[in-house]
This record gives sequence, C-alpha cells and structure tokens, in this order.
Amino acid sequence: METLLDSFAARALLAGLGVALVTGPLGCFVVWRRMAYFGDTLSHAGLLGVALGLALGVDPAVGIIATGLVIALLLIALQHQRRLPADTLLGILSHSALALGLIAVSFMEQVRFDLMGYLFGDILAVANDDLLWIAGACLAVLPTLAFIWRRLIALTVDQDVALAEGAGHISVRIAFMVLMALTVAVAMKIVGILLVTALLIIPAAAARRFATSPEGMAAGAALIGMAAVAGGIAASFAWDTPSGPSVVTAAALLFALSLAAGGALRRA
Amino acid sequence: MKRERLVDIREGCIVRGGRHILDRVDVVVHKGEIVTLVGPNGAGKSTLVRVALGLEKLDGGTFHRTPGIKIGYQPQKIALDRTLPLSVRRFMTLTQAASDAEVKEALNEVAVPHLMEASVHTLSGGEWQRVKLARAVLRRPDLLVVDEPTQNVDTTGAVEIYQIIARLRAATGCGVLMVSHDLNVVMAATDQVYCLNSHICCAGHPADVSRDAEFQRLFGPAAATTLAIYPHSHDHSHAPDGSVQGGHAHPGHDHHHHHYPH
Repeated sequence: METLLDSFAARALLAGLGVALVTGPLGCFVVWRRMAYFGDTLSHAGLLGVALGLALGVDPAVGIIATGLVIALLLIALQHQRRLPADTLLGILSHSALALGLIAVSFMEQVRFDLMGYLFGDILAVANDDLLWIAGACLAVLPTLAFIWRRLIALTVDQDVALAEGAGHISVRIAFMVLMALTVAVAMKIVGILLVTALLIIPAAAARRFATSPEGMAAGAALIGMAAVAGGIAASFAWDTPSGPSVVTAAALLFALSLAAGGALRRA
Repeated sequence: MKRERLVDIREGCIVRGGRHILDRVDVVVHKGEIVTLVGPNGAGKSTLVRVALGLEKLDGGTFHRTPGIKIGYQPQKIALDRTLPLSVRRFMTLTQAASDAEVKEALNEVAVPHLMEASVHTLSGGEWQRVKLARAVLRRPDLLVVDEPTQNVDTTGAVEIYQIIARLRAATGCGVLMVSHDLNVVMAATDQVYCLNSHICCAGHPADVSRDAEFQRLFGPAAATTLAIYPHSHDHSHAPDGSVQGGHAHPGHDHHHHHYPH
C-alpha cells in the first residue's frame, strides 16, 4: 500500500513540477502581453477538444491540442480585421467553444466521462502516459521557447519596432500561440480547465517583484510555480483537499507573500 | 550623380472606411538626406511612416525600398507593460547584439550614459526619448525613421536631439525620415520637407515650403515667419530633390542669413 501511495504521489509531483516548469516562462508572456483571457479561451476550448478526442477515439490530449491550435490560428486571423477588439473576439471564441464542448459532452452518456476531473483537474490520478505527455510537452516547449526568446521579447516590447527592424516575424507569434496551446493542454491535467490560467499568471505575477530582467522573471516564475505545486500536493495529501484548487491556492499564497516581501525590500 | 533612393513612394493611397488617409502621395528619401514630414493631426504622417517601414500596405500606388537596408525605427510611443522588467542596457540591444562599450557610447551620444543600468520604467519622458533615439542610432541604420522624437523634451533638448540625428547622418550617410511638430527647430535641420494633409500640400526645401500659400494656411502666418528667420540661402532655387547641407539649429536666431557652401 505504501509503495502505491509513494508512486502515485511521486507521479503527481513529477507531473506538477514538469507543468510548472513550462507555465512559468510562458505565463510571463501572458502577463506582459495581457493575454490572460487568451489562456482562458484555450482552456475553455479544451472541453470541446476532450469531447472530440473521445468521439474520434483518440487520446483527449490530442483533441485538446488540436482545438487549441484552431483557436490560436482563428484568433490571429481574426485580429487582422480591426473592427472588433481582441477581448471581444476572445469572448466570442471562448464561450462558443465552451458551449459547444458542453453540448458535445452531453451526447456522451455511454462513455465514462469524468467531467469534474476535466473541470478541476485530478493531479493524483496522473497515469504514466500522462507523465509521458507532460515530459514530451516540456521537451517541445522549452527549447522552442528558448529559440524564439529574443524575437518574442522584441515583439512584446514593441511589435512595430521588431517587425520594422526585421527582429520579429508573424511566424514567431504563431509559434508562441502553438506553445500556448500545447502548454494549456498539459496543464489542464493538473489544475483543470477552469484553473489553467491561474498556473500561467499567478507565478509570473509573484516573480515580478524580484525580477530585474525578463529572463530573471521567467526563471522566478518557474520556481514559484514549482513551489506552489509541491505545496498544493502536500496540502491535498494532508487535508484531503481537491488537488487542482490546492495548487492554485498555494500559488495565490505565494503571490501574497511576494507582495509583502516586495514591500519589505522596498523599505530596506 | 544621381543619389540612391532608399524609399520611393509613388501615388501612394491608403483608404480606411471609405476615407482617404493617404491620397496619391509621392515621397522620396535619398541616401544621406534628412526628410521631414509636417502636417496637422490626423494628416496621415504616422501612416506614411508605417508605409515606409513596410508595416502598412498601400491600397494604391507603388512603394519601393532598397532591399536589404538596415532600418532603425524610433516610434512615437512604446506602450511597454510595467510588468516587463527591462533595463536600459537590455532595451538598447532589443533587436541587435552590441557590446557594453557600444551601448555606453550610444548613450553617451545622447548625454545619458548614467542610465545604462536603470529600469526603463523609471525614466522621465525626456530621458526615454533620448534612450529610444540612442537605440535606433546604435543600429547604425541605412534608414533612420523617427516619429516625433522630441515629445516631452524641452526646446534645448529638442535642438540637441536634431543635432544628434544630423551628426548620425553626417557620420554614416544614412537617410532620415522624420515626423515632427517642432516646425521652428526642425526646419533648420532638414533638407526636404513634405507638408502632408492626406495629400502632399507642398514639398521642397524648408525655405520654399514656408512661403507656400497652402503651408501658411495650414500652419498660420506665424509659422511661416518663424521659418523665415532660419538660416537658408537665397541665391539658389531648389529643385524638389535639390541637396542642401543640413544647418545647425539656433533657437532665437534673428535675421542674419547664413550662407552655406554648396
């Protein structure tokens, strides 16, 4: 019994740490570029992806990644028309995808479908193939992000300057959107559809207080995210609280601490 | 000898919502030439700049830019989110690699070497303008594009900024395309002026433009008088692409005319 506990605890921790390693740096861009709503949209569309995956008999993660990519590309295409602002477009995409997802799920009475697990995540039910997905995502996202890092920073500071001076290209933005879709797909495993954005923005926001460079903030966000995962899982074991919300609550506590510590640093 | 045209816009039109933002606009920037766009708010100056930068496609007319030239762009505003921690040093190397010594030298040129390690979020409006200019200059561009480089800068500072741009042009022979509101200061430091109000109202050497009736109608007779006191030579008439040495700005200059060697 103890080895079983050990192994699923170890799997949960490994999965959570892997996800936090990716959501930290990526979450910084979500904060810098004010894309929190984009994270929500991707994750809301995830439910539709799960339903499609199950309907087509493929891994739900494949469905989630596929719908995420479609949403990301749709958004880039829609942004080229300038009649509607980005947040309105995202609202339309987000809620239509969520509504479609809920309808699709309602057709799946015969399939065993753990809706609560998808909405709130179940880190303690992480299986070995989930770990493989997460390891794969880390291996795909981190090197790609490192490769486009400088250009992505330039585009984030000022898109016109970056494009005019040849330091950025639309392909960099598309690559970033793809990374976001991948990351959200695996992060859903840990904290669920409703709380994914928290894992992107809270560690990044907490790291801001201590960072003097974009790279420092990205590293700090990864560390804070990993601490939140460890704390959340420990709390979930100790008090039998739901794991996803516990991780998010731990991250929120760390953010509150960063505010206090930042204030103390400023007075020092 | 015919000078190389870095930017060549012919009959350029941009239409948004049925309205002509740019209406059959002809603008040329030669190598080694300082070209200034003036015009009232909403005249399409920034749009024209975006066309020259390749950020905006013309709905009509032709745009040609020498392929492969290095662009340095100082935008009017950079809406940098406060959550992005960025030092001046890092900002300077945003789109190009440069050694610390090169960064220092560029900051020295705009008289703010002490700001190298400062966070860009702590800069005053004037310091920010200087740092933005230093960044564009550090690229040693073939074409420098500056949009309102002296916003939030006092008159002395504005004169200094135009001198820096003139020095860069003299040192590297780059072309400069500039948008400006400082009629009185910029005119002395420019070779060619385009007065834009969706269409090109008038174009030419500053002295000629200032006498143009349409220019006077747009900016008022006061502007024309301000310009008239600036150094220009009367013994030449200037073709639209006539080359004239850029002068030095002397605020408060009276009616002594400087005659530059041509």
